[in-house]
Amino acid sequence: MSAEPLGSALAAGERPAPPSALSATLAFAWRGMLKIKHVPEQLLDVTITPVLFVLMFTYMFGGAIAGSTREYLQFLLPGILVMSVLFTTVYSGVSLNTDVTKGVVDRFRSLPIARPAPLVGAVLGDSVRYLVGATVILVLGVAMGYRPEAGAPGVVAAVALVLVFAFGLSWLFTTLGMLLRSPNAVMNAGFMSIFPLTFLSNVFVRPETLPGWLEAFVGVNPISHLVTAVRGLMGGTPDAGEIGIVLAAAAGLAAVFAPLTTWLYRRKT
Amino acid sequence: MRDSPLAIEAQGLVKSFGDVRAVDGVDLAVAGGSVYGVLGPNGAGKTTTIRMLATLIRPDSGSARVLGHDVVEEADAVRRLVSLTGQLASVDEDLTGRENLVLLGRLLGYSRAQAKARAGDLLEAFGLADAAGRLVKTYSGGMRRRLDIAASIVVTPELMFLDEPTTGLDPRSRNQVWRIIRALVAQGTTVLLTTQYLDEADQLADRIAVIDHGQVIAEGTSAQLKASVGSAALHVRLHDPARRGEAEGLLAQALNAPVYPDSDPATICVRTSDTGRAVGAFAELSRAGIEVADFSLGQPSLDEVFLALTGRTAEERAEEEGEEVAA
Ligand SMILES: Nc1ncnc2c1ncn2[C@@H]1O[C@H](COP(=O)(O)OP(=O)(O)O)[C@@H](O)[C@H]1O
Ligand SMILES: [Mg+2]
Repeated sequence: MSAEPLGSALAAGERPAPPSALSATLAFAWRGMLKIKHVPEQLLDVTITPVLFVLMFTYMFGGAIAGSTREYLQFLLPGILVMSVLFTTVYSGVSLNTDVTKGVVDRFRSLPIARPAPLVGAVLGDSVRYLVGATVILVLGVAMGYRPEAGAPGVVAAVALVLVFAFGLSWLFTTLGMLLRSPNAVMNAGFMSIFPLTFLSNVFVRPETLPGWLEAFVGVNPISHLVTAVRGLMGGTPDAGEIGIVLAAAAGLAAVFAPLTTWLYRRKT
Repeated sequence: MRDSPLAIEAQGLVKSFGDVRAVDGVDLAVAGGSVYGVLGPNGAGKTTTIRMLATLIRPDSGSARVLGHDVVEEADAVRRLVSLTGQLASVDEDLTGRENLVLLGRLLGYSRAQAKARAGDLLEAFGLADAAGRLVKTYSGGMRRRLDIAASIVVTPELMFLDEPTTGLDPRSRNQVWRIIRALVAQGTTVLLTTQYLDEADQLADRIAVIDHGQVIAEGTSAQLKASVGSAALHVRLHDPARRGEAEGLLAQALNAPVYPDSDPATICVRTSDTGRAVGAFAELSRAGIEVADFSLGQPSLDEVFLALTGRTAEERAEEEGEEVAA
């Protein structure tokens, strides 16, 4: 650390024009991806559970529920794909909570950038995680004998729809991430809500087989609509109505919880 | 005082957290181009004050202008001109040193290529080039602090807030940080730093505000503050504590100053900064056959400054109130 480069480095920092909202957001998305690259262990937690579910449900209950494991896998896999990605959204809240307890957020908040940029960027960066979760399940499914009737285009469309819904839902967990005290609290609260919602849906069984009151709940559960829409897309029978409901639900979640998270982030002391 | 416009002007800043009045009516006037030290013990309200000035929290009452802009009404304008190095390291531990600086360059508006070039220059200048590709969580405290300061000057700020920049650093790292701060000031940046060490404020700051319980209890140059405490102290430790009484008499006489007992029974403490007389006093001791194990002539500690200041301000306040009544 000699005096000369120090002096010239200090002198060289001319101030450019502040970045656009888009490039600030992309810079934060890049940060999120770097974190995944440096701490890949994070991905393990969220992929192992859905993998275990596919294996367990297909081979243990497949015969009992659907008559054969092959037929059950064909029914189950789109639902597990949804579950796998939605579980991952909880981590958006966990990592935001981890972030705000550290000094680095002070620096971000003292930069002249668009206010929602750190948050939108982080959620965008998380899409890498969502994609990894989706890919693991798809590869495993195909290896076990799952065949999407709609082929690759159907799968791509289905994954895209799941990602859009995941973006909406992740704002719910970032809000939790701002409100709760520790990353663990966010994790517990997140899974305590996402677990029952996923089970009380049509991921594992056809709702017709359920008692009436439960069937009614499963019918209004947005996750059921997402699963139905994804099954339609992958099975070659896309249902515009279901897709519309999913897009509306995603937009609704984002419209309420994205501004709320941003407001909480700015006010955090 | 210099006639450059004030870089920071704060009046009556107050911030409470629940029942705690963390900052309780702070006024500050910081001249542009200077280094201003905010000195106080843990919990005095230094961080809260700095966070209000850096627009991170809103004051409950009072107002502040930083580089001419109101910290509440014109927070964005303030943010464009200042940077903050927080007490917690404000760098991202899960990224490498280089990635941290490139990210900030991008967030400040540099193109990707410019941001990379700037990061490279700063890493080189701060002695971090070899560690540039390592995750920050593997850095030592001194390296982290240097990266933190580098992150604050990706764009050279007009005013820089440094919250306890050397707390917890080893002496070598502390010297490096001091050099960086001096280089910054030489470039014309105004610096407001907080510290718990009188020594640090003395080394770096043109003016110092001493704060306690959220209030400024003294303000002035280092020389003025020290004069208010009295002189520095000479500590002498004897080989043989039994000869302490005798040594105290000799020292008091030779230095013409009162002696104070120390918690160590072999140590004598004398308020003086007169090195010439101190040499004479040692000669007296050796003539009397009293062996000195160790000695030091040092500045008063923050504790001593504090004791003196809080005692004095109570008296002064009583006097001022008396005058106001009289006037
Ligand atoms: N976010 C907070 N919530 C509650 N109390 C706080 C908060 N921040 C600071 N305090 C309290 O305010 C007082 C001043 O704190 P601080 O400004 O951090 O002091 P310093 O930086 O001088 O150590 C302390 O008593 C501290 O406990
Ligand atoms: Mg502090």
